[in-house]
Amino acid sequence: MTALVIAEHNGGEIAEATLSTVTAAAQLGGDVHVLVAGGDDAGAAAGAAAQIAGVAKVLRAVDAAYAHQLPENVAPLIVSLADSYDAILAPATTTGKNVMPRVAALLDVMQVSDIIAIESPTTFKRPIYAGNAIATVESSDSKRVITVRTTAFEKAEATGGSASVDEVSGPTGDGNSEFVKLDAVESDRPELTGAGIIVSGGRALKDGETFEQYITPLADKLGAAIGASRAAVDAGYVPNDYQVGQTGKIVAPEVYIAIGISGAIQHLAGMKDSKTIVAINKDPDAPIFQVADIGLVADLFNAVPELTEKL
Amino acid sequence: MKILVPVKRVIDYNVKPRVKADGSGVDLANVKMSMNPFCEIAVEEAIRLKEAGKAEEIIAVSIGPAKAQETLRTALAMGADRAILVETDQDVEPLAVAKILKAIAEEEDPGIVMLGKQAIDDDSNQTGQMLAALMGRPQGTFASKVQIDGDSVSVTREVDGGLETVKLDLPAVITTDLRLNEPRYASLPNIMKAKKKPLDTKTPDDYGVDVSPRLAMSNVSEPPVRQAGEMVEDVDALVAKLKALGVA
Ligand SMILES: Cc1cc2nc3c(=O)[nH]c(=O)nc-3n(C[C@H](O)[C@H](O)[C@H](O)COP(=O)(O)OP(=O)(O)OC[C@H]3O[C@@H](n4cnc5c(N)ncnc54)[C@H](O)[C@@H]3O)c2cc1C
Ligand SMILES: Cc1cc2nc3c(=O)[nH]c(=O)nc-3n(C[C@H](O)[C@H](O)[C@H](O)COP(=O)(O)OP(=O)(O)OC[C@H]3O[C@@H](n4cnc5c(N)ncnc54)[C@H](O)[C@@H]3O)c2cc1C
Repeated sequence: MTALVIAEHNGGEIAEATLSTVTAAAQLGGDVHVLVAGGDDAGAAAGAAAQIAGVAKVLRAVDAAYAHQLPENVAPLIVSLADSYDAILAPATTTGKNVMPRVAALLDVMQVSDIIAIESPTTFKRPIYAGNAIATVESSDSKRVITVRTTAFEKAEATGGSASVDEVSGPTGDGNSEFVKLDAVESDRPELTGAGIIVSGGRALKDGETFEQYITPLADKLGAAIGASRAAVDAGYVPNDYQVGQTGKIVAPEVYIAIGISGAIQHLAGMKDSKTIVAINKDPDAPIFQVADIGLVADLFNAVPELTEKL
Repeated sequence: MKILVPVKRVIDYNVKPRVKADGSGVDLANVKMSMNPFCEIAVEEAIRLKEAGKAEEIIAVSIGPAKAQETLRTALAMGADRAILVETDQDVEPLAVAKILKAIAEEEDPGIVMLGKQAIDDDSNQTGQMLAALMGRPQGTFASKVQIDGDSVSVTREVDGGLETVKLDLPAVITTDLRLNEPRYASLPNIMKAKKKPLDTKTPDDYGVDVSPRLAMSNVSEPPVRQAGEMVEDVDALVAKLKALGVA
């Protein structure tokens, strides 16, 4: 039983989502190998992957075709390596969700998406219906192709390991897709999915300027990441990658502060595993209060500046 | 160019799903069912491409029970030209759905297959990618912008770090994200007209696809319930609570 983890990396560094995926892979009970595929910076990332505690071997595949993780190019590479593995795992990030079903289909395997627990090497728990139900599923395929909900697994230690690094090569796709550009959101703030504290704003914030004026100072004071409801994103207050929820990011920080967010089930799906939920809303009947540990019924335009000042 | 739009009948997104007491699944008896919201967006996008003169015909497909006809009629009322129901009472997994869609794509030869990025019942987020793999064609998933230029399509994708743009040779598979467009409502005259549009009924056997599941769902349970906590009186009390938690 050996598992292959598809690493996510950026500028030579391994993403934290990969560390959680290594933990899930180790729970399957066998050796854990990590594939680092990419362009020129994959070399450094492979070095970093070799340090992850619990990793036995790193496979490094360097080719310009793999540079932007285009699924048309990376999936055939993974498939070419699959013979040696019983399970192939990736984090359920937008990259993992893009590539893994392609791998699964080429292997004629039904993927198990977004697992939150491992019951046995072939049995998993996963949320369905926006987290309103938890399904236990058993795979009868010859191999398992899995995406992992990273908030459900501890991060493996980034250092302490000393895996060997093997060079591998494989198919590079048919060239029928091309990366054009990435409009990255630049920010000095902690990354949403890894943050200890998140301050999140909803439709009540009115517009981008007001959002910035009320939410940002509080987040700054707390060293927090900033999140938002879909309503706030749709209305253009903040960029799309701030969205928390069923169809946005899944987060589980120590403290989640929801401000002017009603608590629709699609929003709750993305944050209800937070350790402590704080809600500020002027409507005492807002559904967010049914999941909040600490609730304050107040007008945010008074309460938030006061809170920012008093913290 | 034809556009193929697979649409799925799911629990309405406003309904709170209830887990059955025997753990066999989610109770769908007497629950309002609707078209998956992401599929509505796919239908809308296809119609807009047709209105812009980029496509000639839109074919909606659903794989599911006889009742999925209603979902197809909704797509026809929005503006799809004809529909195919692949009727089965079994729950069909994304891999089998993708195999059936591939067989249909071989018959219809669409320039674009436009799907939702995920269905809000199973939240698998797989079908489009699997279909692209089986067809050996490129994919633009989680699309927030779609632009056709000659024999290629530019797709702007909502990714974790921002927005990514890729250029794909046609034919291609596209899956829609929420911000791609706002679906229209079907007007009453269009709902009437849709009743006369062609709807073919097939079975998975017609396409030679085995739909037996690969994943056995042994139990469906409620997630741990979060208890409502405490309401505080004012900001001072909130500050005290946050300090007690070690925040600030
Ligand atoms: C398929 C699908 C997927 C979706 N996915 C997501 C998702 O991933 N994430 C997500 O968030 N949503 C998602 N949604 C949308 C979701 O259903 C809700 O529409 C959305 O979460 C509402 O955002 P909101 O709470 O900011 O706005 P509203 O529901 O409008 O709530 C605003 C709240 O602010 C309060 N308020 C107003 N003024 C003040 C004030 N001055 N002071 C204090 N409080 C005030 C109000 O009492 C209200 O409770 C999805 C919907 C669909 C159909
Ligand atoms: C009560 C219940 C019991 C279930 N039991 C089982 C079980 O025992 N075993 C099991 O494996 N699964 C079971 N399922 C899951 C069911 O099979 C899923 O609906 C299936 O896995 C499809 O996942 P998805 O729609 O989330 O795919 P996604 O990949 O999320 O769908 C994305 C897109 O693909 C297209 N699409 C998907 N399905 C169709 C379709 N049928 N017709 C047309 N287009 C489609 C749509 O455009 C959709 O937006 C059960 C579901 C329910 C509700």
